[in-house]
Amino acid sequence: MTAMPIAPPAPAAAGASPANTPAPFTPAPDGAELTGSQIMWEALVAAGVDCVFGYPGGAIMPAYDAMPAYPIRHVLVRHEQGAAHMAEGYARASGKVGVAIATSGPGATNLVTGIANAQLDSVPTVFITGQVSSALLGTDAFQETDVTGITLPITKHNYLVTRAEDIGPTVHEAFFVARTGRPGPVLVDITKDALQQKAIWHPPKGEPRRRGYRPDLRAREADLERAAAMIDAADRPVIFCGHGVVRAGASRLLQDFVARTGIPVASTLLGLGGFPATHPLSLGMMGMHGEAWVNTSIQEADLLIALGMRFDDRVTGRLATYAPHARKIHVDIDPSEIHKNVRVDLPILDDVARVLTALEPRVKRRDRKAWMQRIDALRGDSAVRDIRNLPDDGHLYAAHVILDLWRLTEGKAIVVTDVGQHQMWEAQYYKHDHPRKLITSGGLGTMGFALPAAIGARMACPDDEVWVVAGDGGFQMTACELSTLAQEDAKVNVAIINNGFLGMVRQWQQFFYQGRYVATPMRSPDFVKLAEAHGLTGLRVTKRSEIEAAYATAKATPGTVVIDFRVEQEDAVYPMVPSGADLHDMIRRPAPASAIVEKPEDF
Amino acid sequence: MSPLLNLATGPRTPRTIVAHVEDRPGVLARVVTLFRRRGYNIVSLTVARTHEPGVSRLTAVVDADDDTARRLEANLYKLIDVISVDDLTAAPAVIHELAMVKVNAAPRERTDVIELGKVFGARVVDVGPTTLTVQITAPRDAVDRLIAALGPHGIVDLVRTGAVAMPRGDVAPVPKADAYTLEEPDLDPDLDD
Repeated sequence: MTAMPIAPPAPAAAGASPANTPAPFTPAPDGAELTGSQIMWEALVAAGVDCVFGYPGGAIMPAYDAMPAYPIRHVLVRHEQGAAHMAEGYARASGKVGVAIATSGPGATNLVTGIANAQLDSVPTVFITGQVSSALLGTDAFQETDVTGITLPITKHNYLVTRAEDIGPTVHEAFFVARTGRPGPVLVDITKDALQQKAIWHPPKGEPRRRGYRPDLRAREADLERAAAMIDAADRPVIFCGHGVVRAGASRLLQDFVARTGIPVASTLLGLGGFPATHPLSLGMMGMHGEAWVNTSIQEADLLIALGMRFDDRVTGRLATYAPHARKIHVDIDPSEIHKNVRVDLPILDDVARVLTALEPRVKRRDRKAWMQRIDALRGDSAVRDIRNLPDDGHLYAAHVILDLWRLTEGKAIVVTDVGQHQMWEAQYYKHDHPRKLITSGGLGTMGFALPAAIGARMACPDDEVWVVAGDGGFQMTACELSTLAQEDAKVNVAIINNGFLGMVRQWQQFFYQGRYVATPMRSPDFVKLAEAHGLTGLRVTKRSEIEAAYATAKATPGTVVIDFRVEQEDAVYPMVPSGADLHDMIRRPAPASAIVEKPEDF
Repeated sequence: MSPLLNLATGPRTPRTIVAHVEDRPGVLARVVTLFRRRGYNIVSLTVARTHEPGVSRLTAVVDADDDTARRLEANLYKLIDVISVDDLTAAPAVIHELAMVKVNAAPRERTDVIELGKVFGARVVDVGPTTLTVQITAPRDAVDRLIAALGPHGIVDLVRTGAVAMPRGDVAPVPKADAYTLEEPDLDPDLDD
């Protein structure tokens, strides 16, 4: 048994922020004269914010100085990228707007990766950055960066605020923009003098009005009728469950719709959990690492009903041969997604929940048995290659680590994954039955996302079990946030799928670069000792038989537990649609008779 | 060519798109960033304030096929500071640009240049010792033809504003009352009944 628990962590470090001690709070009355900093916090409280993630510095110091008077928990991060991902994790787990705060210059630029991630995954977030005083703007002052310029293409909207009286209305509008329509990141850059000056505070009333912002799109009656006719006429339809289903809170509605129509559901990576994975009509994830039966059924379908997804290139494979027999209905809230990647037959611009509500009574009740029999036959063909059916051969495979995590958490944990092989194995083997339980970086593919995003999820959902599943590479990108966990005395369990490689790049090198493993073998620190150095618990697992005990220890131990799973080094994610190949042209998992680990020359 | 143009439908032709935008700092940067990022090819872009306080009007001419133009409209619509977007390409509209052309014209050549200008409805706005400056306000192709006609005299300096556009008749591009709407989709005939 290599799993060795160590002493529980020391109590939270001395000097924990006084902001974390609750103080009695009454909102300032309308007409009160406050500093810009106070107005900022009043506006955040009015927006329903209870937790922010940040890092202080020169330009934002006035705001920090005012913070202790407000009932908002502040999580001190170790790097601003972490703050951005925490805000995303908070938003993804709760459905609320996540907030990160940083100072000007490097503080703001360190947020950029997280902001871009939030933009590509449509995560409602507000980023507040300090800025040099308005008199110094444009002078290349110390720690001055044009952060509104830098973030212009990666935010839904951004603001530069130079007057105290503009802070309240701007913060109010920022939250509205972040969470409505297609959600996204909004950045508010506030100059130091605006934070220091005084102004009259007016609490926000109602929704802000902007003549150029009308996020509430509504489907046309005629289009709903057409959609119903197309659905009724289809014998081999497939529903696509995208992130929009989760965002719209439409999981229940989708299940009702499926119960009536008998249409199977395939999910995008960010749509996983939007439809229960254990539902008999759930196909699982589609696309580059989707199971063969999912992609084949899409290629054989006569109708695709895409709900809140965007036909990403990782989902479609080669567009010229994509779903050639299928008519396509595309439901999305963002008009710029229509016909962007795939030309569709019927676009519907509306919220997914409203569309499902309106469509259900219009469609005929059908069971579509023949179509499901065809899909089940495809499924059976794949099962023989399933690694789950592989007997214990003494090796530790990541798939088993994740399958056991699913089993032992009863599928109920919030799982936050990083980017790479482990992310795909998690998507394949952790069966998410509930929305907002899988948090991962989809569009941007940001390594280092998992640990900080999990801290955000932990703050949003204190009663849930939160697991990080990360690779040894990505984990090291933001491992400094272990220190944040220790200081906050927060429990997030970490499963490091440690194969000693940048595994997904290694897999591509194996398949497409004749096995030349350039710059992918990676040496890591002793993760057990790293956890212990932070006053946390570290465990190591090298055999399949040790997995269960390690999870039990992790569950029973107070505080964060980091488990170093030393998995098979050259395992690959199957099946795989090579980038730009036809969706049905998959590299399949070798049948069990041959070795799981294939040599490049076998392909 | 931008990969976004892969789904090109029909030929790429100049499109005239009119947008009303908030008169705020940075709005032009947002619009231009969108054009650059999505790979649109700008033929011309003009922006100025309108009679309505706080509202500027922008006229953009881009080379695009039907789908690309529609997506540009949708992407502009997504910008919070954009109040309305209208594609005037197919609508009855006056689409003009202004050009000033300074050409070599020794005193005895002046009459030729002035007569040439008259043919195009242009007028002389400045006279130098050896040059004339001719100003024209007309559709783009007329401006092109005038410039070509003046070419043999020797063009010393040239400036064009790019197109501005206004719908004909009593209509004005106004903020869409409810929200963005799509063109009618292409449906199979059996579903259209």
